[in-house]
Amino acid sequence: MVEHRPFGTALAHLTLLIGIAILAFPVYLAFVASTWDAATIANGKMPLTPGPLFLENYWRTLFVGTSGTTRQPVGGMLFNSFVMAMTIAIGKIVISLTSAFAVVYFRFPFRMTIFWLIFVTLMLPVEVRIYPTYKIVADLNMLDTYAGLTIPLIASATATLLFRQFFMTVPDELVEASKIDGAGPMKFFRDTLVPLSVTSVAAMFVIQFIYGWNQYLWPLLITTRDDMQTIVIGIKKMIVTQDALTEWQLAMATAVLAMLPPVLVVIVMQKLFVRGLVETEK
Amino acid sequence: MEKRAIFQGRLLPFALVAPQLVVTLVFFYWPASQAVWQSFLQEDAFGLSSEFVGFANYRDLFAKADYYRTIGTTAFFSALVTALSLSIALFLAVQADRQLKGATAYRTLLIWPYAVAPAVAGVLWFFMFQPSLGLVSQGLRGLGFTWNPLLDSTDAMALVVMAATWKQVSYNFLFFLAGLQAIPKSVIEAAAIDGARPVRRFWTIVFPLLSPTTFYLFVVNVVYVFFDTFGIIDATTAGGPAKATETLVYKVYSDGRVGGDLGGSAAQSVILMVIVIALTAVQFRFIERKVQY
Repeated sequence: MVEHRPFGTALAHLTLLIGIAILAFPVYLAFVASTWDAATIANGKMPLTPGPLFLENYWRTLFVGTSGTTRQPVGGMLFNSFVMAMTIAIGKIVISLTSAFAVVYFRFPFRMTIFWLIFVTLMLPVEVRIYPTYKIVADLNMLDTYAGLTIPLIASATATLLFRQFFMTVPDELVEASKIDGAGPMKFFRDTLVPLSVTSVAAMFVIQFIYGWNQYLWPLLITTRDDMQTIVIGIKKMIVTQDALTEWQLAMATAVLAMLPPVLVVIVMQKLFVRGLVETEK
Repeated sequence: MEKRAIFQGRLLPFALVAPQLVVTLVFFYWPASQAVWQSFLQEDAFGLSSEFVGFANYRDLFAKADYYRTIGTTAFFSALVTALSLSIALFLAVQADRQLKGATAYRTLLIWPYAVAPAVAGVLWFFMFQPSLGLVSQGLRGLGFTWNPLLDSTDAMALVVMAATWKQVSYNFLFFLAGLQAIPKSVIEAAAIDGARPVRRFWTIVFPLLSPTTFYLFVVNVVYVFFDTFGIIDATTAGGPAKATETLVYKVYSDGRVGGDLGGSAAQSVILMVIVIALTAVQFRFIERKVQY
């Protein structure tokens, strides 16, 4: 700050700590609930400190599943979510790198038309064309497959635009140098352009991994078989709003498990995450 | 913005754009045009045949009080979530911008909710407000308030607003903080020398200089409330009670799936597309103008 105000500084610390506490409280409560037994939670007398059943509840959640509602172990759902998030992130990055390379480094008929066709998809999330897309996936026999879960969500322009912008800043001399060395376009792409783009690729990966992991409506429609469900869908199905059937301790353990991978990615790769968010803004 | 040094090639560039182009055409343009086409058709009760009905689906939509209520709910919901999450985030960002000790740690601890899936966020908040066993609803009952988001529409709306705001604050915080750090310190120092106190400096200098960020976030937040809150609503209230928390996207989903009214659902999709395109266009125009600062 401009002037020295010890009181103002102390107040700022206090406000931030209160903000953090409010943000963290729902998650802390979920964690506490995941370490108690069903009866303690159901009668509304749950203490605010963790209970004794941490290992037992998480073991049951991961390998056995709930006895009342879904009966599906969460371990498999975690695997599905992981496959989905990875495929979407890597798929988007690969098809965007090559298409951005083509648009920036080649002159070919309909180049700008193709660029605009891709650009327009930036604006429309899958939710607005959900049923027609569902029907196409069904016609292609891709319901309950990893391909059906992921490929329709790979169609998005964010990464292409980001890579295009980055490629525009790469000096032309590099192209000329590698031409003099006798390198073809693919060799330039592989040995020069992609290594230069590592940071952008990593930032994109963080954002798209979170996007893929957190998908809800699409997997909800596309998966009918229990063993194809992702964890975000699974947790919703464990909770029966009107009923005492809900095993809250297992549902909350699932919630904690569902949050852990994307939250860890954000915390561990914070720099890349911030960069990815700010860059995709444009 | 064109490259001077380029490669020669006839087929190679097409091969390179092909994967993205095919995916975009098959899973984006084809379904989007299907949605437009379907919005002009009406299926019979058994889904066996359909006939072209022109704008009948749209007329039906706007003839029912139902749709206006959903529009009202969506507007109310987005206004509330946008206003709350923007002002809370701005308040926290201003505090974090004071070059405090441990600023990085504060940032880390404030941005992680971005990574939580909307549906999971919904479940977390529902657990706190579950009428019989939820910690907060018990506390409220102790104070004499009855709280039941399953039966009372105001309580249900409050629940989804809180969960949606909780998730969005971190994104806004990050952008506000970046925006605040981009404001040159000399401007603020000059105002301080002129005798302007912190609150006055904030409203006359910082806040106006921040307006491009604020506007960008405003549009992003509205789009967020339109689409990404689907998971929150479906996991907590499922649009109820009595459709009190049914947003436009949720109605597309429930009319198409539960109601089987594909024509009406498609017409709603088309209207949503128009709204999003309009919002994006507004955003581009304003950002171009405001960037002059």
